[in-house]
Amino acid sequence: MSNGETPGAPLPLADPPGTGGSAPAAAGRGPQAAAGGPATNGTVGERGRGLVAGNSPRRPAAARSWLRLLASELGLIFRRWRNLALLAVLAILPIVLGIALRVTAPQGGGGPESSFLDQLAGNGVFLAFIALTIMLTLVLPLAVAVVSGDSIAGEAGSGTLRYLLTVPAGRTRLLSVKYTALVIWSLTASLVVSVVSLITGVVLFPVGPVTLLSGTTVSLAQGLLRLLFVTLFIAAAMSALAAIGLALSTFTEHPIGAIAAVLVLAVASEVADNVPQFAPIQPYLPTHWWLSFDALLRSPVATGDLARSFVSFGVYALIFLSIAWARLTTADVTS
Amino acid sequence: MSTAGEATAAATSDGATSDGADPDRDGRHQDAGDDLAVATRDLTKRFPGGQVAVDGVGLLVPRGAVYGFLGPNGSGKTTTIRMLLGLIHPTRGEVSLLGMAMPRESAGVLARVGSLVEGPAFHPQLSGRANLGRLDAADRTADPATARTRIDAALDQVGLLGAARKRYRAYSLGMKQRLAIAASLLQPRDLIVLDEPTNGLDPQGTREVRALIRGIADDGVTVLVSSHLLAEVEQICSHVGVMRTGSLVFQGTIGRLRARGAARVRVRTSAVPQAQTVLASLGVCDLEAGPQEVSGQLGEREPEHICRELVLAGVPVAGLEMVRPSLEDLFVELTGEGFDVER
Repeated sequence: MSNGETPGAPLPLADPPGTGGSAPAAAGRGPQAAAGGPATNGTVGERGRGLVAGNSPRRPAAARSWLRLLASELGLIFRRWRNLALLAVLAILPIVLGIALRVTAPQGGGGPESSFLDQLAGNGVFLAFIALTIMLTLVLPLAVAVVSGDSIAGEAGSGTLRYLLTVPAGRTRLLSVKYTALVIWSLTASLVVSVVSLITGVVLFPVGPVTLLSGTTVSLAQGLLRLLFVTLFIAAAMSALAAIGLALSTFTEHPIGAIAAVLVLAVASEVADNVPQFAPIQPYLPTHWWLSFDALLRSPVATGDLARSFVSFGVYALIFLSIAWARLTTADVTS
Repeated sequence: MSTAGEATAAATSDGATSDGADPDRDGRHQDAGDDLAVATRDLTKRFPGGQVAVDGVGLLVPRGAVYGFLGPNGSGKTTTIRMLLGLIHPTRGEVSLLGMAMPRESAGVLARVGSLVEGPAFHPQLSGRANLGRLDAADRTADPATARTRIDAALDQVGLLGAARKRYRAYSLGMKQRLAIAASLLQPRDLIVLDEPTNGLDPQGTREVRALIRGIADDGVTVLVSSHLLAEVEQICSHVGVMRTGSLVFQGTIGRLRARGAARVRVRTSAVPQAQTVLASLGVCDLEAGPQEVSGQLGEREPEHICRELVLAGVPVAGLEMVRPSLEDLFVELTGEGFDVER
């Protein structure tokens, strides 16, 4: 180890100042270079640096190829017309909602939406919270269900799965890339709703300091930061749903079946969440904590609810990713 | 010293592979098992329904061979190929590809294996080039810097470079098939597995695919090509394996398959009874007389000798030929006539 580094050390010093950055890089790659061939590295001092650079360490190479597959996966998702149409719906609905609320006077009612609605006339930022709440009941889950249900089942149905596996993409590696892409898709979908509705709200309504649900008023910047956190919260909720979709997607060659199953599951859970008789099991329903993002709109933030929400999302994601992994790594691919 | 040792090892293993393959072509000799590109032992697949699709198959594909994997539809060829590639888990038995155990070492070995399994399958909305890019991106051993060059070279090899930007959905069946072959050529391979590459192609397309396979094999790559039509592959194969209802009923060189058919001698003559007498005296059995013609089992006899004896006996010989059953006849004999569903 020390032998390997000694001849390498003076080299970066001899470099022109512009390339001084290679010193930490070379030091960082030390262990791998030593593993690759310490003898060569130690004796051929002059070419030591070249060896370190050319001796592409296994780990970064694996990470690079993983990212390349992720980029390809994202390209498939984001270049598909059906998915772009879904994003368009996610963008258009908040605009329609904003216009509708602008031309009709906000009406009172029950639930968190009404408290948002009461505030909307005075502050356009609240259009984002209203839009997220409304889209969370069906449209956002639909967007996540379509892409996650299609994730494996679509490849199996078209036969491309067998070619990915014989490349070999690696079943676990493929699953990790697929799920990461779904998380990015969930985040994108949530961001589209919140950004478009925020812009619409700002255009159609006055903007100013934000009065939280607990009655405290915070600055606009603080309000926007909270909107960002709410968006991330919803992205996490949708990512948990995407794990369910990914798992169901490994059981069929028919993407429509998996998509429908995710939606039925989400809607059934939402219905059960609103029937008092189901009260004992409600905290364990996958959709129960979705609307708890209002915890972020209190001062101080309701950390208890927030923690419970993330535990719920995390446990659902973990269980269903395990199911997806167990299924995909053992299944016979006959499609 | 070490050179001599290697030479000895090479000579020994050359002796071991008797069946016409040229194991020296790729110059690799790690151990004796390495001379086989594909080796399976007692490979068996019972599907959850209880149906045994593949039963105790022991494939032996020598390196450098073009192995025709034959059998009627439903005889278990595709299931076997899927097990070779780790897509289906065998119920029993072992698979070794290029000397490495499947599916345990699939990450290391599959990158050296190109494959086309049960027809082409690509994303219809992407172009041919983008589809190959997708597969290349999935390959952790592929260098992204050379991706474009390698993809275009593969497209060029199958004659699709001109249609590289066309969407896959607009491809003809032959183009789709060729794109799948191109996908198997993205990296330098040691083994290429092509499952029914000529399925659904017109005679022209079949010829093109055959020429492609011949070109691949000429580069020293072992090719395993399955087909339900012997005629499609017999011209390019050095070895054949024949499947029937999940079992391997024949395996060996194409010469050995041919030799299974007993040769007959057929004499065209105006003096049929006289010819019959002479042939009988020479020990030719199973004589059949027709109008102006006599035929019988040739056995070990030389046709030239028979001809001379006939002429010396004063039989007017208008023609003499050796007749072997065609490969097609042998193939049908092995696999059974069509139309009877055996399972």
